Formats: sequence, C-alpha cells, structure tokens
Amino acid sequence: MFKKTSGRRQCFAALRVCVKIFIPCLLLFVACKREQRQFTQPPSTFKSYDVTMSDIHPGSPGLPQPVQNPSDQRAFDTNEGKRLFTQYNCSGCHFNGGGGIGPPLMDEKWIYGENPENIYSTIVEGRPNGMPSFRYKIPDNQVRELVAYVRSMSGQLRKDVAPTRNDDMNAHRSEERTKRETPQRSGPPPQ
Amino acid sequence: MIDMRNTTLKMCTLAFVLCCSSCGGIHNALNPSGPQAHNLSRLWWLMFIVCSAVFVIVMIAVFLSLRNRTGDSQATPQIEPPREQERKRSNVVVTAVTITVVILFVFLIASFSAGRSMTAGLEHKNGLTVEITGHQWWWEVRYPDASANNIFTTANEIHIPIGVPVTFSLKGGDVIHSFWVPNLAGKKDLIPGKINTMWLQADKPGVYRGQCAEYCGLQHARMALWIVAEPQEQFNAWRQSQTGTSIPPSSDSQKRGQQVFLTSTCVMCHAINGTPAGSNIGPNLTHVASRNMIAAATLVNTREHLAQWIRDSQTFKPGNKMPQNNLSDADLNSLVDYLQSLK
Amino acid sequence: MSQKEAQNEEPRNEGRPRAPLVERIDVDREELADVMKREKEELERTWARPTGIIGWFIDTDHKAIAKRYIITAFIFFVFGGIEAALMRIQLMRPDNHFLTPDQYNQIFTVHGTTMMFLFAVPIMTAMGIYLVPLMIGARDVAFPRLNLYGYFVYLIGGILLYTGFVLNTGPDAGWFAYVPLSGPGFSPGKRVDIWAQMITFTELSGLAGAVVVIGTAFKMRAPGMSLNRLPLFVWAQVVTSFMIIFAMPSVMLASGFLASDRLIDTHFFNPAEGGDAILYQHLFWFFGHPEVYIIFIPALGFISPIIVTFARRKIFGYVPLVLSLISTAFIGFGLWVHHMFATPIPQMGQSLFTAASMMIAIPSGVQIFCWIATLWGSKLNIKTPLLFVLGFFAIFIIGGLTGVMLASVPLDLQIHDTFFVVAHLHYVLIGGSVFPLFGAFYYWFPKWTGRMLSESAGRLNFWLMFIGFNLVFFPMHQLGLNGMPRRVYTYLPETGWGTLNLVASIGAFILASGVLVFIINVFWARAAGAVAGDNPWAADSLEWATTSPPPNYNFHNLPVVQGRYPIWQATADAPVVRGLSTTSRETLVTSVLDAQPELCFDIPGPSIWPFLLSLATAVMFVAGIFTPWAILTGAILGGIVLTCWFFGDPNYKNKTARETGKRSQPVRPAPELRPKEV
Repeated sequence: MFKKTSGRRQCFAALRVCVKIFIPCLLLFVACKREQRQFTQPPSTFKSYDVTMSDIHPGSPGLPQPVQNPSDQRAFDTNEGKRLFTQYNCSGCHFNGGGGIGPPLMDEKWIYGENPENIYSTIVEGRPNGMPSFRYKIPDNQVRELVAYVRSMSGQLRKDVAPTRNDDMNAHRSEERTKRETPQRSGPPPQ
Repeated sequence: MIDMRNTTLKMCTLAFVLCCSSCGGIHNALNPSGPQAHNLSRLWWLMFIVCSAVFVIVMIAVFLSLRNRTGDSQATPQIEPPREQERKRSNVVVTAVTITVVILFVFLIASFSAGRSMTAGLEHKNGLTVEITGHQWWWEVRYPDASANNIFTTANEIHIPIGVPVTFSLKGGDVIHSFWVPNLAGKKDLIPGKINTMWLQADKPGVYRGQCAEYCGLQHARMALWIVAEPQEQFNAWRQSQTGTSIPPSSDSQKRGQQVFLTSTCVMCHAINGTPAGSNIGPNLTHVASRNMIAAATLVNTREHLAQWIRDSQTFKPGNKMPQNNLSDADLNSLVDYLQSLK
Repeated sequence: MSQKEAQNEEPRNEGRPRAPLVERIDVDREELADVMKREKEELERTWARPTGIIGWFIDTDHKAIAKRYIITAFIFFVFGGIEAALMRIQLMRPDNHFLTPDQYNQIFTVHGTTMMFLFAVPIMTAMGIYLVPLMIGARDVAFPRLNLYGYFVYLIGGILLYTGFVLNTGPDAGWFAYVPLSGPGFSPGKRVDIWAQMITFTELSGLAGAVVVIGTAFKMRAPGMSLNRLPLFVWAQVVTSFMIIFAMPSVMLASGFLASDRLIDTHFFNPAEGGDAILYQHLFWFFGHPEVYIIFIPALGFISPIIVTFARRKIFGYVPLVLSLISTAFIGFGLWVHHMFATPIPQMGQSLFTAASMMIAIPSGVQIFCWIATLWGSKLNIKTPLLFVLGFFAIFIIGGLTGVMLASVPLDLQIHDTFFVVAHLHYVLIGGSVFPLFGAFYYWFPKWTGRMLSESAGRLNFWLMFIGFNLVFFPMHQLGLNGMPRRVYTYLPETGWGTLNLVASIGAFILASGVLVFIINVFWARAAGAVAGDNPWAADSLEWATTSPPPNYNFHNLPVVQGRYPIWQATADAPVVRGLSTTSRETLVTSVLDAQPELCFDIPGPSIWPFLLSLATAVMFVAGIFTPWAILTGAILGGIVLTCWFFGDPNYKNKTARETGKRSQPVRPAPELRPKEV
C-alpha cells in the first residue's frame, strides 16, 4: 500500500499506526472512575458513621476524617440512587426533592449535615419526627448510591456524574442542570 | 489447485448435517405447537424450498459459465459480440427476471395471507387476556379479571389452557423488551408508552420456553420465560390457587423465615399477599414455590438454587437489580423454608 | 509553435449538430519530444506533494488521502475483527466466563459501530476517491481540501470511539442504540454520548466524501465521456454519494436528539412528556437501511470492471445495470420499517414495507443475471480478483434470499432479532461488500503500488475466507430458528445451542487467518512482488492508461474518450487535451451530460486549513459530550477557520503559480471554441 517513498515518510506512516494502536492502550491504565460499575459488593455491615454536628469535642484527639463516598464519582451509582429514591418511596415524604411531609432535599438547608457520612447516618439510623431507619432494609452499597443521589439533588456532584432527566414525568430540572447550593446547617424545620 | 466442485459438495453435505442436528425442542420455531407457529412454519418451508431451488439454479448457471478456463488474460477483448448471441442472452435474462418477479409475488401473497391469519383473532372478547409488563430483567405477568378478587400478579411463568386463543397485552416497563415464544408465535415488542397486542394458542400440552428478543441491557441474555400449556381443568385449578393469598407459615422455621423476610431487604422490593409486604418493584412472591424456575426462567427452582440466588444473585446474573444478602445460615435456611412453602 | 486546444468529437447518439472541435496538429517529432519532456518536468514541480511531518497534514493529493483512508479503515476492520473473535470465544460454550456481561455488551456495540461506521463506509468512499478521478480522466478531485478535511474528521471520530472503549467508556447500547435503553435513565455516564458524537464525526466525513465524488464525477470528466459512457464503477460511486447525502442527515438527527435528551433535558424520546421511543427507531432506520446499500452499492461497482476485464468482452446490459443501481438506491429509501415489524405499527403500513423489501430483490437479480450473461461462454483465466467475485455470487445470493424471507412480516416476527438476522446481515455485507472489496484490492493493488500481489497467497486467502466465513455464519441460520436471540452474552446448556456455536467459533478463526494471509501478502508484495506495468490486466478503463502508480498529476495529457471502454476502443489517432497550464494546477471542467469542455480551472493545492478546521470540529463535538456551550465555542472557532480557509491563498504551496503571478480565476475558452447552444 505504501509508495516507495523516502524512509522518513515510511517512518511517519509507521508512527501513525503506533499512535492509533498504542496510545489508547496506554490510557487503559488510567481507569475512568465515572464509568466503574461494581456488581459484587462486600457484605453489608449496616453500621453508620461516627458523626457530629458540632466542632466541640470533649477531650478527643481531633475531628473525625471526612468520609469519601465512592458512589459520588460514579455515574452508574447516582443513576441507581435515582431509581431507588423512587422505588423505595422516598418521594412519599420528600416528594421529588421539594419536601412536604419531610424536609426538602434540593435546597441549601441541611438539618443533620450535608456530608456523605451525615446523610448515610440519616438513612441508616433514621431521625426524629418521622424519618424511618432503614438499617437491614437497604444494603450498604444502595445506601451509598442514595447518598450520592441526595447530594446531587442540590447540585453537589460533578456535572458529568450527576443524573440527567427522568425517563418519566419530570417534576424538576435534572440534577445535572441544578445549580449548586452552598450547604448551610440549619435547625429543625418549623412545625 | 482445489477442485471447486468437490469442495462445494462436501460443504453442502456438512451444512445439511449440521442443520438436521437440531429440529426439535421446546424453544424452536420449527417445532410449532400452535396455529400461529404452524402458519409461520409453513411459510418458512415454502420460502426455504423455493429459495434453495433458486440458489441451486443460479449457482449452476455460474458454474456453467466457468466451463472454459483456458483463457488468456491478454486476449483481444470482444467489444461488439454477435447480435444473435446477445439477443439470445437478452431473452434468457428477461425470462429470469420475469420468473424472479413471479416468485416474489407468490411470496408476497403467501406472506400477506399468513399475516392476516395472525391478526385475525385479535377481537376475542371472551378469551383469556394476560397482561405482560417487561422489566429489566424479568417478566411481570398479570391476569386481569372482571371480578377484582380474581386478579393476580405473578412473574416469568405463564399458564394457558390448550386449544383456547389467549390475548397478550404487552406493555413496556422501562426499556424496550420483546416477548417471544418461538414454538407458539412470532414476537412482539414491549415499548414504553405503547401497548402492543398479540394472540397465540397452544394446541398441545407442554412447556414452551421463550426469551426476551430485544437487547435490553446487561442481563438481556438471562431474561427468559415459560409458557405452560395445560388442559382447561388444570389451568382453572392453577388460576384458582394463584388468586388466593399466601399460605400462612405452619412450622417454626417457616414462621421465623417470614420474620426474616419482613425485617430484611426482601420486603423493600417483593410482595407476598397476606403479609405487610406489598412492594411491586420486584417479582411477586405470593406463590413462588409453584413456579418451576426462578431468576427469569434461568435457574431451576430448587432449594440450593433459591439459597444461592438470595445470598448472591450477582455472581449468576451480574448487574441484576437484586442486591446480595449476607444472611446468617440459620436465617437463610428459615427464609428458604418459608419461601418453599408458598405454593 | 502554436498549440490549439483540442476538443472532443461529438458523442454518439447525440442528435444535436455541433461544429467539429478536434484539431489535428502536425508537429515535428523531435520538437514534440522536447516539449513533452519540458512539460513533464513542469508538471512534476507544480503537482509536487509536500514532504515532512507538516507535509502529512497539508497534502491534498486524492491518491494520498485515499490511501490513508484505506489503511485507517483496514486497521479499524482488524480491530472489529478482534472484537468479533472475542465474542466468538465467549459464545463458544454455554455459561462461559471469558467476558463479563458489561465487557461483552461494550464489545458487540463497538464491533458493530466500527464495522458499519469506521470501516465499511469510509473504505468504499476511499476506493472512489482514489479511482474516480483516474477513471474519468481528471487530474484531481473537485474539492481536494474538503476531501482532506473529511479524512481528519473521520480519524478523530475513530480515535474518540476507541479512546472511550479502552477507558471503560465504550458504548454498550448496541450499534443502533435504541431509546429508552440508550436514554438518560438507563445508560448513565458518557458511554452513549461518545457513540452519538462519533456518529456525527463519521457522518460529516461521509458527507464530505460524497460531495467530493459527485462534484468530481459530474464536472471533471475527460471530454467525450458522456454519461452513457461513464464506467459502472463511477456510476456506483455517484449513486452511493447521493444516498449518503439523503441518508446521513437522518442519523445526525437521531443521534443529535439523543445527545440533547441526555445532556440538556429535552424530551424527544420521553413518552411521559410527549416524546416517542419509536421516533428514534424511525429516524435511525431511515438512515440505517440506506446505510447498508451505501456499503453494498460501491461493491457492485467493483464487480463490473473485474468481470469485464476477465471475461474479455463488453459488459452485458450496461443500461439495465445502471438503472438497477439507481432503482436499488431509490427503493432502498423505502424499506426502513422492516427493522420495526415487531413494533405496534399497523399491519397495513408494515405490509407496504414487505412489498418494497421484496421488490428490491429485482434490481439485484437483474445485475446478477447480467453478470452471469457477461461471463457465459467466455474463455476465462481465473485470477484472484475473479475468484473473489465468484465468492460474492455464492455468498451474496444466499444473503439476498434470506433477506426476502426476512421481508415477510409474519416470518420476520419469528426470526427478527435472532441469529438468523446476524447470519443474513453478514452474508450480504461480507459476501456482498467485503468479498468484492478484497477482489478490488487484488485488482487495483498493482495500480496503487506498481507491484502485483502474490497469486498463490491470494488463492489461499480466498479459500480460507470463504470456508471460514461459511463455517461461522451458516450455522447461525439454524441457531436463529432454534430460538437464539441476538446480543446475548451467554446461553444455558439446556437450550442445545452449544454445538453450532462451537462450529461458528472455529470458523471465525479460519476466517481470521484468511485476513492474516492477506496482510502478509500485502507486506510481501510491497517488497518483492512482481513489477506490474501500466496495465497488467489489459483492462479497458482510463486508470490503466497511466503509470503504476500514477504520477501526482494523473495523466500527462488528459485523454479524450471515444467509447465506453476507452483503452479498448482507442483509435491510433485518439485525440488528447492540450493547452492546460503546466505551471499551475489547472484542470478541465466539463458539462454534466456530454462532458463538453466548459472551463479551465485552478484546483486548490496543499493547505493547513482542513486540518485546523478538523481540530475546531473536534473541540466542538468532543467537548459537546460534556457541555452544550461547546457548540457555541466550536462554532466560533470553526467560523474563524472557515473564513481563513475561504479567503486564504489556494496556491499556498504552488510556488510556480505564485512566481508567475497567475491568479486562481476560472478561464473561459474563447467564444468560437465554445459549443453552440441549440
């Protein structure tokens, strides 16, 4: 296929082939977290985190380290969180994030904290005034997916990981296009 | 130099032998067990025989045109062949094209009449209707009825009486699936936002396997279903048993199993009529022990399979929506005891 | 010595009287030889290709671009083949664990996407880009820089897809990506977005190639090549290009709507908010069905010249063959619903498409009968190109007949979305396109490189591919009837599908070895193949009237065509075109119907703008996967680049033209030499 041309031209042609084949292969080692899908999970412990709402600690050596939620970086997990939010009937109290019986989840006010470990505890332990405890009912990995989704409702997640529109009726803008709210600790909602 | 004729003969024989190897079975379009599948099978054989004949004739023509292989590639080309020769060839080509058109018309008419016979029965008013909703990756089966007491929902296994046309109302639940039981009828898609209707009838009692035929995601390969065709009395008995609530647990182990069910992840997705569990995300388990298969007709419904499936469905069907459950051995045993009592 | 422009004599059956335009010039032989030598040197200088690394980015020579297309497409073909081999290993036995379901789904999607978008269409376009100017006696294509842009856009699109694939972001919703599975709710992440944008790249590239081919074939033919003398290869390329222009916009709509549903919350395909999932299928298959004819029709164009050359006679039924090509293209646009027979579209409407799908067998039948009539009774010398054409007959006819079966609505409802369709589509695409393509490689390789491919390796190549192919795909007919659906990563042992799958997997490796033999043959022939002369096959069309490989300017003197088989029908005193400038890239523009000369025109030379525009396009579409603002940014960038392109100097590298101050304006022939309007 190659003309009998100068050695330089043939070199360059060979280089092109290499670029086409090898560089994508090298990138193989740079895993893309967004697209990770993990189906087999370690056994659920149903333990919630040691979280506090205040910076005052009696005699302890330091603040607990913030917990990273791996689902925050995986688009598959946030999408699953969205599915579970509807299917486990979180909408029954939180409606589509706007709140009603329960507090809204898409605004900037967080009664029990906006960090992943706070939300995780909320779901697993339950909270006063009506939030049930889902310990033993929802496995750990699904709780993490729900945590990621709840955070996406106020725009806390990266745009390429947050879910987009529902394949159903849409009650609000998709989480991907939601403006990022600055979380504030607030007291309990008015009765 | 490979002898083309000999090779072709050997290959045709191999093809024939391979084709004859599987012409029966419970998941086979060429083993019709209902009027629709019979029609389609007849149409198939008509087209197959005619098309094979056409292929053989055309290939003979090709081989005959290769008779003389002593040509010189640099020979003087013939730009103006003799008119008489060209006229004769013209006639042959025109005849061949005419025969092609006639054959295509025959196929067209055969196809239309087979098609009409398939949609002709859609207005069965008193026939049985079954509603199927496709989910990722299982089939929700609902038997509607005029009397609300007799409506029930099951999953992945459909019973129908023999000799009676059954109308299927197909709804898409999440993505597009396709309902296909080859022994009985062709397939129809389940498309979200639309309702598709088809009917089929089984003439012989037996079990007919079907599988989802539209790519629907990770576990499209493990989304099968069973149609069990049985005599009318047996069907009525089955239907009667399905409409009732679940059988209450009798032994201690079963009672414990029911408690495990109601306090674990199970209750978030599965319903068992007669208990507080009422979620319709996953298959209805009210009469799960009456089914022959689990996991969308891909695992036989035995104690070991059930236990494995509950503990770790992700190894067998990775990506399916049922999470793993690391119950203790005692809990798992009781749970399986309970589920196996739900006939 | 004065030189007058020589015009062509009137074509046959024209009917309209024209003034005789051929002039005989009597010239001294020695003087002529000197003039020719000087002109040749000037032509070499004027048409010299740029060298070096920058040269690769700015070279607009159609032969260079076509060779790049062919090599790139062939590399993608090999990638697609590797993906197919992985699939066959996974399906070799029931309940195999060689691939996880996620990997398998990505692999079959990327296999289909690669083969359809990154291999089949570009390689057919490439064959046209290389051979159409040579066959019609032109110096270059009509739009060389657009041609180069098309190549870069294609390359970027392919690299985008494969980068995604190795980063675990390969699309996994099938090469057709039906909604709602490929929609935002069920395909999270950017996998399907990468697919949708890759589509946009490859469709842009296809459209660019189509425009180039149509412009070249209609306006740059050598004098005397009226439409009824156009080679069947060029007819096939023109028909394909028109199909591309009408079909591609539909898939750009489909993928564009999908991308916007996924990125900016539109509801084109959301039934709950007024959209429709079937709309996607209509839009996709309105493109998808013509797409397979876009892949198939150029292959028909390969077969005709090969048969004519080896049968050593004129083609039987030139007019029916041309009309068959055109009617296949027309009818091909009316078939798309046969991919949707299982949807709730009313029976009456579906039956219309049964009739159309059966009807399209008629032009294909006409072509096959005409070719057999051409071969009949001839003294043949069966070389590898003809062997591949015979393989086409055997395989494509089976594929066409199973296609007629699939055209029937009721029967399709049994075999739709099963391995029967997989068998059918591979029989028509591999048998109908890849086999003629390999035949074309063996036929035209001497012209491209000046060397002949090995004949014995060619035979080995053919038989391995033929036997391997039939072993893989023939059992799939039976598998489909036995109930095996498509796109399944595994199956249960109880289904009994294991034996035939094992046979198919073994055949896959035989087929792969055939392709390997071809690759080895190519490398061997480059180094040690027999030197081919100008016309090793003693063929009839104009590309064989110049050296192998052709010089950059294709022909020293553009020929004047005297018949449908120019070399065979050339008389001893065949006229040539004289008077075109040798110090600028001047070419002759002729009329559409009769190829009467109209203008002398300067073709643009090498330019950096196509590459820069492709980068702007890449920014627009790749960033468009992540944010809609990329469309705006990319459009602004593209606008700037296009402005520089159109108002820049087309004679950038053409030093001679700049030195002489010759401007790039069309020059009309003197009034007395223009054909009289009647």
